[in-house]
Amino acid sequence: MLHFPRWKVISIVVTCLAGLLFSLPNMFAKEQVDTWPWPMPKAQIPLGLDLQGGAHLLMAMDSDRLKVEWTRTLREQARAALVNATPRISPELVSVVGSSVQVRLQKPEDMDAALRVLRLLSEETGSPVLGTNAPSLDVVRGEGGVITLTLTPAGIKKRLSDTANASIETINRRINALGTAESTVTRQGDDRVLIQFPGLQDTAELKDLLKGTAKLTFHDVHPTMSAEEAQQAGVPTGFKIYPSERDDGRYLLKEDPVVAGDQLASAQPELNQQTGEWVLAFRFKQIGARDFSRYTQANVGRPFAIVLDEKVLSAPNIREAITQGSGQISGGFTAGSANTLAVQLRSGALPAKLTIVEERTVGPSLGSDSVAAGKLAATVGALVTAAMVTFAYGTFGVFAVVALAVNGLLIAALMSAIGITLTLPGIAGFVLTIGMAVDANVLIYERIREELRAGKTAISAIEAGFTRAMVTIIDSQLTTLAAALLMFGLGSGPIRGFAVTLSIGIFTSVFTAVTITRLLVAWWLSQQRGKAARIAVPI
Amino acid sequence: MLPIPNFKGFDFFPHNTRINFMRFKSICFWGSILAMVLSLGLFFTKGLNYGVDFKGGSMIEVQSKSGPADIPTLRRTLGGLGLGDVQIQQFGQPTDVLIRVEQQPGGDKAQQDALEKVTKALGAGYVQRRVEVVGPAVSSELRRDGLYAILGAIAAIIAYVWFRFEWQFAAGTVLALAHDVLITVGVFSLFNLEFDLSIVAALLTILGYSVNDTVVVSDRIRENLRKFKRMELNELLNLSINETLSRTILTGVTTIAVLVALYVFGGSVIRNFTFAMLFGVIIGTYSSIFIAAPVLDYLGVKRETVVGTKVPGIGSKSEA
Repeated sequence: MLHFPRWKVISIVVTCLAGLLFSLPNMFAKEQVDTWPWPMPKAQIPLGLDLQGGAHLLMAMDSDRLKVEWTRTLREQARAALVNATPRISPELVSVVGSSVQVRLQKPEDMDAALRVLRLLSEETGSPVLGTNAPSLDVVRGEGGVITLTLTPAGIKKRLSDTANASIETINRRINALGTAESTVTRQGDDRVLIQFPGLQDTAELKDLLKGTAKLTFHDVHPTMSAEEAQQAGVPTGFKIYPSERDDGRYLLKEDPVVAGDQLASAQPELNQQTGEWVLAFRFKQIGARDFSRYTQANVGRPFAIVLDEKVLSAPNIREAITQGSGQISGGFTAGSANTLAVQLRSGALPAKLTIVEERTVGPSLGSDSVAAGKLAATVGALVTAAMVTFAYGTFGVFAVVALAVNGLLIAALMSAIGITLTLPGIAGFVLTIGMAVDANVLIYERIREELRAGKTAISAIEAGFTRAMVTIIDSQLTTLAAALLMFGLGSGPIRGFAVTLSIGIFTSVFTAVTITRLLVAWWLSQQRGKAARIAVPI
Repeated sequence: MLPIPNFKGFDFFPHNTRINFMRFKSICFWGSILAMVLSLGLFFTKGLNYGVDFKGGSMIEVQSKSGPADIPTLRRTLGGLGLGDVQIQQFGQPTDVLIRVEQQPGGDKAQQDALEKVTKALGAGYVQRRVEVVGPAVSSELRRDGLYAILGAIAAIIAYVWFRFEWQFAAGTVLALAHDVLITVGVFSLFNLEFDLSIVAALLTILGYSVNDTVVVSDRIRENLRKFKRMELNELLNLSINETLSRTILTGVTTIAVLVALYVFGGSVIRNFTFAMLFGVIIGTYSSIFIAAPVLDYLGVKRETVVGTKVPGIGSKSEA
């Protein structure tokens, strides 16, 4: 137990030196560390948003609304699939019932063919290798010649995840327009997106950018009927009433757009020299330009509507055919709102509306206050601990303090090297680890004391102390680790930070409290040998 | 090589300390049971002062740009916004104010609208240092996850202790853990302290610390059960607690010292968290001695199951 082969001593010393080397960058300013020559590690412990300041926004997609949209699309797909089949299958009725689509056929003998065609709409989701594959669509033949199509849970999950991923791309494009900050956008669960934005304090601009989906479409206005008339007489098929963005006005527009926003090649805010009003200058891609040109040629003199997120921005008259594929949109913009909209349009529409379900923002001043407070608390805590342990165990206590210092270095080194974020609760976890790491040494030393009292010699008492205390140390550390792992599972950012530092601390503290102290004690013993007939343990 | 200076440590507890802990066992044990019942009663009648994590709503920490914050004016302005219950309190420095706005009816969007109103009403005189807005969906998830984490931790610890020791030890440990969690919750309810996600983390740490403490005492009890086959159980429990006392006290005092440093210097953001931890460590230490050990006496540990056939010695790790 007290004999250390040379290779073991070397590897322990190397571990300690590596700990020192990798934790070194944290003791200097970032600018200074950057100038260090090549072989030096430069990674510092990344600070959490609560320490460096920044914004954390958790956004949820409106999955209920998405499901309604998907069912509506499914109805169109089912109708198209039947009508386009060869030979053509005539549906009597294709309608949305609850969250399903029901198809009633004109001729019952078409049933088998219809089922075959409709089943083709289903896609495989998941992986056949993992056994998670499932169809995205349930096609069931019901009573009375009715076919029911329902999105399966697997199909919904797949669509949600596709939508979330597409949203993340769009969000990234929008955020990049804000500037240079290193933000991260990640998916959480099935239908949520987490945006972390270090250094950002004023979230108003960010929220504006993420507000609305920025679906821009150009619609035909009903030639004769007004929205008010439509509301009384019933809305004609293919048309829909849209509210105005600016006032209480309403418009009766064709539901299918002439050109959709995905055909935009560019959008820029511009100051209209004649009116002094901020406008949005846009240019279409090729297909959009062609469609728009044809449409305006055929409709000179009539109004058309520009719709953003289901609200009419403006409904100007077409003065002449627009064949260049570019134009201006006026909508009562300010310089700021025109710019925001331009960014949104350039980065594409969000596939789903996002709502902020959790926001945590920390200003940089509070962050640095917290870092200073944490540093002070850690220093005071470590000093008090060191003093108490030295007082209680003398020379051996100093060994424990050395082990404690190495423990601190190793935790810092691991966090810097792996890149584990330090949060405010993380600092608390760190300080607590230091306090509890002493426990292992206390257990060992108390045991040695007892064995000495029982009349054992120094060497056998020390041997017994390390061996017997080991069982208890492992027991107690494992239970703390269990609690830390559960905390990690609990999920939310700051708590995870606490759990991570606590877990790392458990591993490093067992190594330092047991191995390093033992090495130091063995070294001490080797010096005592031959000095006196009987070695006195200074404990 | 350098000679290592030799100096002796100070033994806090003379090795023949024999405090008769078991003399107080009934009063402490039943007193603690009463405290647990009272805590449960408080939890169900008075309830907890949940923070935004669990209740939803907004919390905004602001700092006045010029001099101490004018709290009465803030109360008037923000109270008149029609946002329901708006709590305003000084937080740490006289310039710092913590504003809590209760959860608004109308889902997640409504919370953001409320935040916007407050920001506008505060005007340019204040800097926002911290904003936390939690919507109804997230707060109910956090409540659920928090409860699961605590129950899961207790279950994992029961399984571990049961596996390592006899069921009587497991029963004692569970009672001690339930005691620590319940009474900490009771104190939070009694003093109306804010209970949020970080307190759940503190409770989990308390669980870890308390079981650590209980395991150390239990280890020694089992060892002594093997060593002194004829000793009366009460006396044996006393002996075991006394033998581990200097360790219990020294570890407890260092941990408490560190937590006090955190409480005093760690800043107001984590003050509630460190308070919970401080309180938990103290009652966690108490419960190992006055709850977990007496339970063994009340339940009666069968010696033959503990003693087994192996003689404990150096290097013996085959317990239970």
